[in-house]
Amino acid sequence: MSQFFTSAILTATVASGIQLAAPFLLAALGETMGQRSGVINLGVDGIMLLGAFGAYYTALRTQSLLLAVIVGIGVGALLGLVTAVVSVTLKAEQGISGIGVYLFALGFSDLLFLKLVGTPLPINQLPAVKIPLLDRIPTVGGMFFENSVLVYLAFLLVPIVTVVLNRTTFGLNIKACGENPAAADSVGVSVSRIRYSTVILGSSLAGLAGATLLIETGIFQENLTQSAGFIAVALVYFGAWRPAGVMLGALLYGLTESVILTWKGLGIIPLSVSDLAATAPAVITVLALLTMARRFRQPAALGRPYERGA
Amino acid sequence: MDVFAESTPQAPARLDRRRLLLSWFALPSSALAALLVGAVMLAALGADPLTAYHALLSGAFGSSYALGSTAVKAVPLLLVGVGICIAFRANVFNIGGEGQIAMGGLAGTATALALPGLPSPVLIPLVLIAGAAGGAVWGAIPGAFKAYFNANEILSTIMLNLVAVQLMNYLLAGPMVDRSATGSVGGLIPQTRLLSKSSWLPILVPGTQLHLGVLVSVLVAIGAYVLLWRTSFGFRVRAVGLSRDAATYAGMPVRRTITLAMALSGAMCGLAGSMLVFGSISHRMVTDGSLNGFTGSAGFNGIVVALFGGLNPLWTILSAFVFAGLLVGGAAMQVVTNVPSDLIVALNGLVVVFVVSLEYVRRRARAAEAAERHQTTPGLIMPEPAVDGAAEEEPA
Repeated sequence: MSQFFTSAILTATVASGIQLAAPFLLAALGETMGQRSGVINLGVDGIMLLGAFGAYYTALRTQSLLLAVIVGIGVGALLGLVTAVVSVTLKAEQGISGIGVYLFALGFSDLLFLKLVGTPLPINQLPAVKIPLLDRIPTVGGMFFENSVLVYLAFLLVPIVTVVLNRTTFGLNIKACGENPAAADSVGVSVSRIRYSTVILGSSLAGLAGATLLIETGIFQENLTQSAGFIAVALVYFGAWRPAGVMLGALLYGLTESVILTWKGLGIIPLSVSDLAATAPAVITVLALLTMARRFRQPAALGRPYERGA
Repeated sequence: MDVFAESTPQAPARLDRRRLLLSWFALPSSALAALLVGAVMLAALGADPLTAYHALLSGAFGSSYALGSTAVKAVPLLLVGVGICIAFRANVFNIGGEGQIAMGGLAGTATALALPGLPSPVLIPLVLIAGAAGGAVWGAIPGAFKAYFNANEILSTIMLNLVAVQLMNYLLAGPMVDRSATGSVGGLIPQTRLLSKSSWLPILVPGTQLHLGVLVSVLVAIGAYVLLWRTSFGFRVRAVGLSRDAATYAGMPVRRTITLAMALSGAMCGLAGSMLVFGSISHRMVTDGSLNGFTGSAGFNGIVVALFGGLNPLWTILSAFVFAGLLVGGAAMQVVTNVPSDLIVALNGLVVVFVVSLEYVRRRARAAEAAERHQTTPGLIMPEPAVDGAAEEEPA
């Protein structure tokens, strides 16, 4: 156990935890925007999968990670548009339609993978970018300031989304549509336009999350996300619809994952017990859900399609 | 609604046709639309859609062996679908089928491992009940959380899926592992030992895979229909689902009903888990580390099946058989056309999206129809219930 607390291993564990948290964070921030406007998108996991595949295929073909990320975002936006048509315009039951999108993407991503990619090759890694000066801080520098661009972007989005939601007209309109769409409508805010934009933006972030996960993993495989998208949806509740809270949840998942990986690597815990330890974040999330549900209220119109005069 | 229709014979025939079209053809047309999209995808992947679909059909329904395999594949879909019907009727979204199946499988397997000496007539009912109990516990937890703490069930069921998969991996690699066999890399394979022969579900038709579970699951579905529409408990479940407030006002034990409905829903999934283990060809419980490795995504596909069955357990029997046919036939299609059977998973997803999207069109048509009736026969206005239209589709 003592070897776990050497500073080198601790630094590596925290650094990889932060890296592992990034896909959760990106997807969960996107979902936060959608839910704040009143739309539950349960298809996030599927969008991440197809986004990841799009990014993988692009990276294989062009060797460009930048293009790969752009394609990941584009795939996300496209699926976001579909999700918005189904849940905003056609007013479908969001809990179920999201499962439909998930199943579609689960099957479709693997179908494309098997048909289009003959031999799966690993793709290039994204280089770690050191933040000048800050990376020199002992221990902490190695933990926080030697990451890939995508990881920085994920964490940078936390204050950005917070400001957008709380300090801009767009953000206030989003919240109005999530709390009282009829009132928003009565003062001339187009509920469907707001919800379309949040769902498409949120899904683009889910696509980016898929691309990020793919680049961190280095290779695509069937069901690459392993329910990460569903966890991201849960993190929105965990974080009580606030970006900072969502970030805490994402870090909890990322760090637990990396701690278990480190423990496994060092042989501190037997392999079978590590499965048991991996349930910790899920159990914590459920318990948090129980207390959150009492303390924080979800957006009043969450999951309810808006119909004028209804 | 039907009674209402009879009371207004002067309603134009055009409306009836439109209503018929929307209510009875919505589901088949969703399936047809999905198959058309599938045909486009097949053509894009360089396969002839007609050949592919022909291979699919004959692979699913073409021989007695194929029919047997389809029926066996339908068992978990049907049971999960019935569970989904019960939960959705109480307006609870049970997305936790996957975890509940795994917990049921584990509970049934543990029972069979603990009591290998019992004779079949005792052991088989026992392992099935144990499976149902395991799933019931895993369903009751999110049910109670929703009922008593107002915790969102979509989230808690997803989280419990994650707990279930780790628990399954832990148990099958640790306490329940088969210590007699080692895998190719030397370590133990995460699976149980061969379960005692008296726990195997007996084959009903020699030369096929058709086992006792098929019969049991159909009986369970009929039982669930009776429970939902012919008992006071079922009435309470549906009342709570239609309006929690009204049910509270009527003095119903709303919280207990929600918890019980979810427990029952979980029990159905758990039973499916037991069926998967004791009706399997390997007759042991194996994990590849993921939930869908064990369940074959039945926890999600069951939602598709239940939706397609109009959230009615009886129609779900038919619906489960059809979707099982797609899954079994998908494998045959893969052999003939070299298109991965993942296509079927993708098409299932499309069916869900189409069905829920059409729902709104149907609701609007109904509302328009009601408004038109209101003009022709004043005084016979009935408020449209704020239910999903699927509720209207119970067979007479």
